[in-house]
Amino acid sequence: MADPLADRQPAPQAGRPVGALKASFGDRRRHVGDWIWPVGFLILALAVPYIQKLLPDGNEWMDMRTVITCMVFVLLAIGLNIVVGYAGLLDLGYVAFWAIGAYVFAWLASTFWNNQEFHLFSTAKETAAGIHVSFWLVIIVGAIVCAIAGVLIGAPTLRLRGDYLAIVTLGFGEIIPQAVRNGDQVGETNITNGAKGINGLDKMGFGSTLDSATGGFLPEVVLSRDVIPRYYIIMLFCVLAVFISLRLREGKLGRAWIAIREDELAASAMGIALMRTKLWAYAIGACFGGVAGVFYAAHIGGANPDSFFFNISVLILCMVILGGMGNVYGVILGAFFLAWLNFKGLEFLGDSFNRAAGTDIAWADKSFLFFGIILVATMLLRPEGLLPAARQKRLITERVDEQSSTLAPGHI
Amino acid sequence: MSSPTAESVTQVGSGDRGSAAPVLEVEGLRVFYGNIEAVKGVSIKVHPGEIVTLIGSNGAGKTTTLRAISGLNAPRHGTITFEGKSIGGRPGHEIVKLGIAQSPEGRKIFGRMSVQENLELGAFQRTDKDGIKDDVARVFDLFPRLKERINQRAGTMSGGEQQMLAMGRALMARPKLLMLDEPSMGLAPVLVDLIFETVKEVNAQGTTILMVEQNALAALDVARYAYVLESGKIKLEGPAAALATNDEVRKAYLGEG
Repeated sequence: MADPLADRQPAPQAGRPVGALKASFGDRRRHVGDWIWPVGFLILALAVPYIQKLLPDGNEWMDMRTVITCMVFVLLAIGLNIVVGYAGLLDLGYVAFWAIGAYVFAWLASTFWNNQEFHLFSTAKETAAGIHVSFWLVIIVGAIVCAIAGVLIGAPTLRLRGDYLAIVTLGFGEIIPQAVRNGDQVGETNITNGAKGINGLDKMGFGSTLDSATGGFLPEVVLSRDVIPRYYIIMLFCVLAVFISLRLREGKLGRAWIAIREDELAASAMGIALMRTKLWAYAIGACFGGVAGVFYAAHIGGANPDSFFFNISVLILCMVILGGMGNVYGVILGAFFLAWLNFKGLEFLGDSFNRAAGTDIAWADKSFLFFGIILVATMLLRPEGLLPAARQKRLITERVDEQSSTLAPGHI
Repeated sequence: MSSPTAESVTQVGSGDRGSAAPVLEVEGLRVFYGNIEAVKGVSIKVHPGEIVTLIGSNGAGKTTTLRAISGLNAPRHGTITFEGKSIGGRPGHEIVKLGIAQSPEGRKIFGRMSVQENLELGAFQRTDKDGIKDDVARVFDLFPRLKERINQRAGTMSGGEQQMLAMGRALMARPKLLMLDEPSMGLAPVLVDLIFETVKEVNAQGTTILMVEQNALAALDVARYAYVLESGKIKLEGPAAALATNDEVRKAYLGEG
């Protein structure tokens, strides 16, 4: 290929700008300041069970089960952030992937298929009927199944843009729970156990197979009621998700997502394959949702269609917006706060208020009123979110003059 | 719907463009937006090493033709052949890969990214890090102004600088054919001259250029061959020098008579 610029002399390699050229895809320079957020968050996350014990007022307003639920939502929000925050694809049906993950675990780790018998490193009793696969393996299976589901849903819908995509994803988010709710009579077969859900799922841990196979080197561990190990498990998934998110953002795929979010047409003109790049965002986001679903099902010991309503999709989206689209740490904060408010905080604060004021208001029923207020307040006071991604902040706070008018002659 | 024929094209001057096979050949291209036919049977040829320009008034179908070549609009009829391969209807990223890069209408730079990030995205499909580095340096050599602004957000630059960035970004793909859509739009005369000088320079270095322009006078000045589009059809074609002296062109597009 003829090099159009071949006979030009390279510009003198001096000064900072040329030095900065060295930085290319995935080759960004790091500063000490870059480590404050990740290290700070990691230390905080590791210390949560200890901090939790020291909380004032007893610690019933932040018990470990609530913390775990909040962490599940942190994982979901990190996943949705890839789709919405990075690639700019508004997805209102994200809860579907959470549901698929939960049901994958329910199918692969319960007595539900009681005419089968299959055990694989499971914590279940070896005599139990049904399919019993180790939690850790189901995590991988759930992630893969959800990635495939993401691609299957994305392939026909991602040709749509903006509002149209949002409407189709919203429909998808409704279809999955409805299908699950009505899946107890598919022909003659019961696939989902309908509205009752599938309960009595296996516990997290390591089964006895590994124990005997390694001569007790990997002892049997069954986490039946222990919340602190479970906290560390979901924390591990969240840390992995944050790591993957950050690496992706700096890499070529992340650049392609951001380019698509900024201007789809220009991104295409750069040679970015629009469909493939968007599908990657969907698949990876769905993976995280699936892992969250598998963990959540194992944590509460059941998969139930009522857990996967549309309002959960909206809640997760609110978390991403409140935290600051595109900024992983902001999303973590937003997710933890909103999940706490939804599952514990509103009830707790409401009870305190009722006791103090002598009223009898069912505060927890009014959660969406408060989410509405929080969202409106966010938009008014801090439209870019708690911790905005640097670029997102520019998007909202600065007027970007992309079609700047004529320069005065001689300015150049 | 009218069925366009080759006879409706008036050849001005000599149609002889040498013996080399055209690098890009568009034949009977028809593009629709819904039911509206924007391009009604356009046939153009771009030979290696040429600067070819498509001129014409607003809505003549110039940009639509470029968009069809770059894969942003699917042609309904007709063929687009690049280096002997049919590329009509292929997605945009494949066309970039084959060696056609464009500076799109309205520049479409990534306004919230820095100049450097914009240039890196221009080289999105390339993996040769050293080559990319060299080409960034060469773009800065071509447009020293951009080098001064390497870390500035592209959206805060002037229109002229944004146009330089759009061209530089397209060159980062090391294209065989560079397509420029209205490079002079909205620029002060002094900048228009500078942009066209650079177009000539890039061409002299070996890149074939297909350029859409409303500024017919300036475009005919730098181009070797030109097509005049009117209402989605080629009305006139010929060597740029011959078209520049053609009465009809001078009346309609150069503001004379």
